[in-house]
Amino acid sequence: MPDAPEPLVFELSQPGRTALRLPEIDVPDAAVPAAHLPAATLRRDPPALPEVSELDVVRHYTRLSRKNHAIDTGVYPLGSCTMKYNPKINDALAALPGFAHLHPYSPDHLAQGVLHLLWELEQALCALTGMSAFSLQPAAGAHGELAGMLIAAQYHRVRGDSARRTVVVPTAAHGTNPASAAMAGFDVVEIPSGADGVDLDALRAHADATLAALMLTNPNTVGMFEARAAVAARIVHEAGGLLYYDGANLNAIVGRARPADMGFDICHLNLHKTFSTPHGMGGPGAGPVGVRADLARHLPGPRLRRFDRPGERAPRFAWEPAGPEGIGRVRALYGNFLVLVRAYAYIRACGGEGLRAVSGHAVLNANYLMELLRPILPPAYDRRCMHEFIADGRVLRPLGLRALDLCKALLDRGFHAPTMYFPLIVEEALMFEPTETESRQAIEALARAVADIMAEAARDAEAVREAPRHTPVGRVDEATAARRPVLRYTPR
Amino acid sequence: MQRLGAEAEGRGLAEPRGYLPHTTGDLAVMLDKIGVPSIDTLFAQIPVEVRLTSGPAIGAALDEQGLARLIGAMASANAASDLVCFAGGGYYDRYLPAAQQALLARGEFVTAYTPYQPEVSQGTLQVTFEFQTMIAELCGLPTATAGLYDGSTALAEAAGMARAATGRPVVAYAPGLHPEWIEVLTTHGRGGGIVPLEQVAASAEIAAVIVQQPDYFGRVRDIGRLFRERPEGAIAIAAVDPATLGVLEAPGLLGADIVVGEGQSVGLPLGYGGPYLGFMAAAGPLLRRLPGRICGQTRDSAGRRAFVLTLQAREQHIRRARATSNVCTNEALCALAVTIYLSLLGPVGLRRLGELCFARAHYAAERLSAIPGVERVYPDDPFFAEFALRVGDAPAVIDALAARGYLVGPAVDRERLLVAVTEKRDRADIDGLAAALREVIAGA
Repeated sequence: MPDAPEPLVFELSQPGRTALRLPEIDVPDAAVPAAHLPAATLRRDPPALPEVSELDVVRHYTRLSRKNHAIDTGVYPLGSCTMKYNPKINDALAALPGFAHLHPYSPDHLAQGVLHLLWELEQALCALTGMSAFSLQPAAGAHGELAGMLIAAQYHRVRGDSARRTVVVPTAAHGTNPASAAMAGFDVVEIPSGADGVDLDALRAHADATLAALMLTNPNTVGMFEARAAVAARIVHEAGGLLYYDGANLNAIVGRARPADMGFDICHLNLHKTFSTPHGMGGPGAGPVGVRADLARHLPGPRLRRFDRPGERAPRFAWEPAGPEGIGRVRALYGNFLVLVRAYAYIRACGGEGLRAVSGHAVLNANYLMELLRPILPPAYDRRCMHEFIADGRVLRPLGLRALDLCKALLDRGFHAPTMYFPLIVEEALMFEPTETESRQAIEALARAVADIMAEAARDAEAVREAPRHTPVGRVDEATAARRPVLRYTPR
Repeated sequence: MQRLGAEAEGRGLAEPRGYLPHTTGDLAVMLDKIGVPSIDTLFAQIPVEVRLTSGPAIGAALDEQGLARLIGAMASANAASDLVCFAGGGYYDRYLPAAQQALLARGEFVTAYTPYQPEVSQGTLQVTFEFQTMIAELCGLPTATAGLYDGSTALAEAAGMARAATGRPVVAYAPGLHPEWIEVLTTHGRGGGIVPLEQVAASAEIAAVIVQQPDYFGRVRDIGRLFRERPEGAIAIAAVDPATLGVLEAPGLLGADIVVGEGQSVGLPLGYGGPYLGFMAAAGPLLRRLPGRICGQTRDSAGRRAFVLTLQAREQHIRRARATSNVCTNEALCALAVTIYLSLLGPVGLRRLGELCFARAHYAAERLSAIPGVERVYPDDPFFAEFALRVGDAPAVIDALAARGYLVGPAVDRERLLVAVTEKRDRADIDGLAAALREVIAGA
C-alpha cells in the first residue's frame, strides 16, 4: 500500500468541495472588504488551493506519511545527523496549553514559567559546554553559526581590530561553516584536514593579524577526537583570533568534555541532535549560541535577566534589551521555543550522569558497528572512533559498484542509508552514526544487512545497482530535476 | 535497577539507563567485541586535561512522572496563556483544526530528517512540492522555496538576494514594517544600509524596496503604487500575512519580485514565538539566487512521478563559502502544518477566514474607539484585522486588561497598542473587551 502512487492534493480537488467549518459572521452591520479596501488591493482570482473534504485530507497525508523512513519506523544511521530516539513525553510537554497557546508578546510577569524554563536551559547549556552565557534565539545550527560569526566580527570591530577579515575552516567541515562565515562578511580560507585534525602548518600560515577565527568540529567529521585542537587553539589565540566550536558532534562528548575547557570561545549546539528534539523532516531545530564571559555582551538581544529580591520566595525573570555592543536580533522573538522545551525536558530526564551515559553508549555503539562491519566494509581510518565512523566504500569498486549502490540496497532492507560522500576529503565515504538509542540487536541487524548486500554484490552486482526495488519509488532521476526544474504543480 | 558486581561497575556497566536500551549482557558482549575493558576506555582519545571524571551538575535523572510534574508546573505558571487573546503584532491566536493536529503527530513525519534518500522520503518530498505550489499560488509568483526559519529571517534572505542581484548596498522599507524585522534586517545587513523609504537619497544605491502587507499597524497598503514608484532597478519585496491572501491580491500580480512572510498565521500554534515558518516566492530571474531547500518533480527508474531536492548547486554543502545562503533547514514540519491547514481551508475557506476576521475586527475597532479616551491611531487608513489604538498609558492598560482576562498588545510605544481579531474571537469576546477597556480607561 505505501508503494501505490499518491496523487497530489491538487489532483484530488473537486470544485465546490470543502473541509471548512468556520463560525458564521456574528457581528452587526458586518464590514466587507470590498466596501472598505481600495479595489486594487483586492484579490481578483482566488488562489488555486485544493478543494477537498476532511477525509480526503486525512487519507492523503496519512498515505504520504507511510512513504517516509523515520526514526519511529526503523534504524536511521545517518552520520553527522544524530538520529536518536525522540522521547514522546517531550512532545506531550511541548503541547501543554501553557506553552503552546502563549502569545510571544505576553507581558513578562504573566509568562514567568517559560522565562524560568529558558533560564534553566541556558544554565544547563553553560554547564555542559563550560561557556558563560547562551542565547537561545538562533533557529537552527547554521543560524547559530551565523550568530557566532557575527559575534566574532563584532568582537574584533569593538576592539578596533578591523583587519581581521579571515575565517579559517578545515576542508572536512560541514558546508554550513564556510557559508555562515561568508554570510557574516568574512573571507573564508579552507585548509587541509585529515583524521588527526587540521594541518597545523597550514593553520600557522594564516595565523596573523588578519585571522578572525578558526571554526572546528570536535570530534571532527571523520569521527575522531582532534587532540591537536589544543595546539590549534594556542596558535589561533596567540595570533589574536577566536576559536569557534561547531556543536554538530557534541553527542560524542556530552558530559565527558566541554568545548570551553578545550579552548573554544564561541559555540553553537544543535538541540535536534544531541538533545533529541525531533528533526521534523528537516526542521524545526534550534541552534543556541554560547560564548565565554567577555563575549557575552555581543550576544543577540533581548537577553534574559534573573532577579532575586530579598523576601521573595521565587526569583523573577524578565527580558532586557542587549547593550550597544550586541550584534542585534538574529530572529524575531526569542527562538524556537517549543523545541527548547523538548530539549530542556530531555536534559532533565537524563540528568548529568545520564548524559554522560548517552555519549558513552553512542561511542560504544559506533565502535561496535565498526567492528561488526570491519571484515566486509573496512573503516577508512583504522582506529577507535567516537560517535560515528567512515566506512571505506572503495571496496565496492572492484565489483563495479559505488557507495551510493550500497546505500540504495540498504533502503530495500528497511534501513536508512548512512551519510554518503561526506566529508569531501574521503572518497566513497559512508558515514555511520548508529546513536545510543539503538539496541545491540538493531545494530547487528544493520551489520547483517550490509553483509547480505556485499554477498549479493559479489554474486550479482547488477541486482545491487538496480536497488531499491521495494521502496515507494525506484532510483530518482536527479539530473533531469535540476536541468528542467518543475517546482510546482500546474493543472493540465 | 539490578545491582551489579564491582567488576561490572568498573567496566561502566552500571550507568543510568534513561533512553538507553542495552542490558548488562549486551554491554559485555559489545565491549568484548571491540576489545576494550570499559566504556570509559573508548574516551582515551580525549586528552586527560580536558576529560571530565563525572557528569555535569545539572541534577539527577527524573522519571517520566517527575519530569511531567516539573515541566507541567512551568507550563502552568504562564497566566497569559489563559487570557482571551486579542494580541497581534504579526503573530496571531488562530484555531488549529483537530484533523491537522492529528496528522502532524505522526511519527513518520515528526521523526524523519531532510530527504537525502528520496526513495524513502517521498512523503516529505511530495508535501514539500505541494507546499511550494500553495505558496506560489498565494503569492502570485512562479517559484516558491521549501521554507525558511521564520518571517523575519526570510525577509533578511530576500534583502540579501536583492543585494546580490543588483550589486547595490542599501535596502529601503516603506513605513509600517515590523520593528523586530527591521532589527533582523540590520543584523543580517553586514553594514549595508537599511533605511526608511522616505529617507532614500541616492536611488541608484537602492537594492530593494520592502513593503509589509498588512503592515505592523494592520493597515492595508497600496503596494502596487508603492512598487511602481520605487527607484529604478530596485527589487520589489512584499512581506505578507498569508491569512489575508484569500481576500488581498497576490503581491506578485502587483509588481513584487520576491514575496516573503510568516507562516504562523496559517496553521501554527503561538508557542511563545516558535517554531514558526518563513516562506519565500520569487520571480523567474531570481530562481538560482534562492536560499535553502527546493523540491522538484522528476521520474524514477521505472518512469513513475517522483520528487527530489533540486537546484542544489546553490547550496552550502556543494558551493560552501559561495552558497546563496547557509540555510539548510526548511522547517519542514511547520511547512507540513501549513500545507494541511490550507488544504482544509481551500480557496473558499481562506477567503471566508479573511472576511470573518475583517468583519469582527471592524466591529471591534468601532466598539473600542467609541470609548472616551480611546482613539484609533490611523482612522483614515484602511485596515484588515488589526489596528492601533491610542489609550493613554499603553503598558498600564495592557496590564489592567490582563487582570480582567484579556490580552492585547504589543504596545507600540508608551501611548499606543495593537489589537488583533482572529476567527477565535466572537462578538461576546469583543463586547467583553470593550466593557473591560471602558472600565480601565475610566479608572485611569
